[in-house]
Amino acid sequence: MRIFVPNPLHSYTRGRAEVEGAGASLGELLADLDRRYPGFRFRIIDEQNQIRPHIRFFVGGEMARSIAHLINPGEDVQIVCALSGG
Amino acid sequence: MVKTLRSKKPKAKSKAKTTEKDSRKASTKLKKGARAGKPRSTRVVLLVGTRKGAFIYRGDKSRKQWKVDGPHFLGSIVHHLVLDPRDQQTLLLAARTGHLGPTVFRSTDWGKTWKEAQQPPAFRKAPDGTNGRVVDHVFWLTPGHASQPGVWYAGTSPQGLFRSEDGGSTWSGMDTFNEHPMLPKWIGDSGGTPDGPKLHSILVDPRNPEHIYLGMSGGGVFESMDRGASWRPLNKGVAADFLPDPNPEYGHDPHCVLLHPLQPDRLYQQNHCGIYRLDRPGDTWVRIGNNMPKEVGDIGFPITLHPRDPETAWVFPMDGTEVWPRTSPGGKPAVYRTRDGGKSWKRQDRGLPAGKAWFTVKRQAFAADAGDPVGLYFGTTSGEIWTSPDEGKSWRPLAAYMPHIYSVETAMVG
Repeated sequence: MRIFVPNPLHSYTRGRAEVEGAGASLGELLADLDRRYPGFRFRIIDEQNQIRPHIRFFVGGEMARSIAHLINPGEDVQIVCALSGG
Repeated sequence: MVKTLRSKKPKAKSKAKTTEKDSRKASTKLKKGARAGKPRSTRVVLLVGTRKGAFIYRGDKSRKQWKVDGPHFLGSIVHHLVLDPRDQQTLLLAARTGHLGPTVFRSTDWGKTWKEAQQPPAFRKAPDGTNGRVVDHVFWLTPGHASQPGVWYAGTSPQGLFRSEDGGSTWSGMDTFNEHPMLPKWIGDSGGTPDGPKLHSILVDPRNPEHIYLGMSGGGVFESMDRGASWRPLNKGVAADFLPDPNPEYGHDPHCVLLHPLQPDRLYQQNHCGIYRLDRPGDTWVRIGNNMPKEVGDIGFPITLHPRDPETAWVFPMDGTEVWPRTSPGGKPAVYRTRDGGKSWKRQDRGLPAGKAWFTVKRQAFAADAGDPVGLYFGTTSGEIWTSPDEGKSWRPLAAYMPHIYSVETAMVG
């Protein structure tokens, strides 16, 4: 599937705004992305497996509330950095 | 696998850019750190952490001219940047951004390249269905004992203690502290400081790597004699005016705690409720801030020590009246120095603004070098660095227009 990566994470994806990944859930996808881009996951998911406060995930256009969110075949995933102050 | 990043540096021509040659020069002959003993014929380097990145300032021999290298990690919140005094080469940097979670970066070439920690400090995963703690930011970094190369300690917000044995690449929580059954009581539920409760001032006794102190805002000062296997509060004599019991065993708010490297039984702390000294094996702090001028008071964030004289310390008082502005009292910034362990204090403000200046200097943002005379440096929340080349007798600006400054550390390089 395609994953759209926001600017603050481009240092992990070697500058790429769009990468490929695999997984039947957001959790599985993030594990895959962390293998490809070490350190990626912890910057956006905390040690209790919660999505960090200023990060949002959209799966097939729908906002995911947790990493248990399922991903259907053909859906893209967009990672968004929400407002975080000055 | 460890991630490698190249630091982004400004493209301005000027002294502000440090060449690779400069970096190599700086990294080849590092001398002992600022808090480590007698003066050497070396140059001072300032390691500055700010709300928008890190900066490295290199002074000339006279400490009058400075070249800046940075920003490193522009836009990242950098709470601490520390040189390893054991290899005199490794830098560790604690960072997060407004969006991205906390991590630690490591450089062995003075910031030309950085590698991210493989396993940054993180609390244990709580059992499903229960709430676990989350590291908001790594606030404090302390190199381990001289006999333990590669060992580092980190303090976090909220209060957590972490240890690395591989130079800062992988970090493990010290469960004997983080999972201590008394920890919730020690730290209470007051929420701590405005930008989060934190663990700081991790001090390793230079005579004994098993002997460790730490400070928590809130929580107080704690001591371990067995490398963290057990802990006990060490707050007797320290006020806690903000608690129902003003003399509790724990729950205090030490802002900055230091021990003197040449006399490790001498501790000082700038607390939310005054300035204190403790001489071990005694366990009762003495409020040496009572000897400060009453109109100034003894509230502040930082304290810094003379590297060779355990009787000499400097503080930067702030306004702790009414609603706690935390700015220079009366808008007249000044450093206060003691040369007798806190029995008396002298105002040192020559060169600082005479008025209408509302400085705040945070707990990690006041440092001394190892020169003779000692050079002093403080960074302000309004983005200025001030320096004194003569132990506080006179002050002048070293840098301005910087981001909010969180930390200033010194190192001596050849």
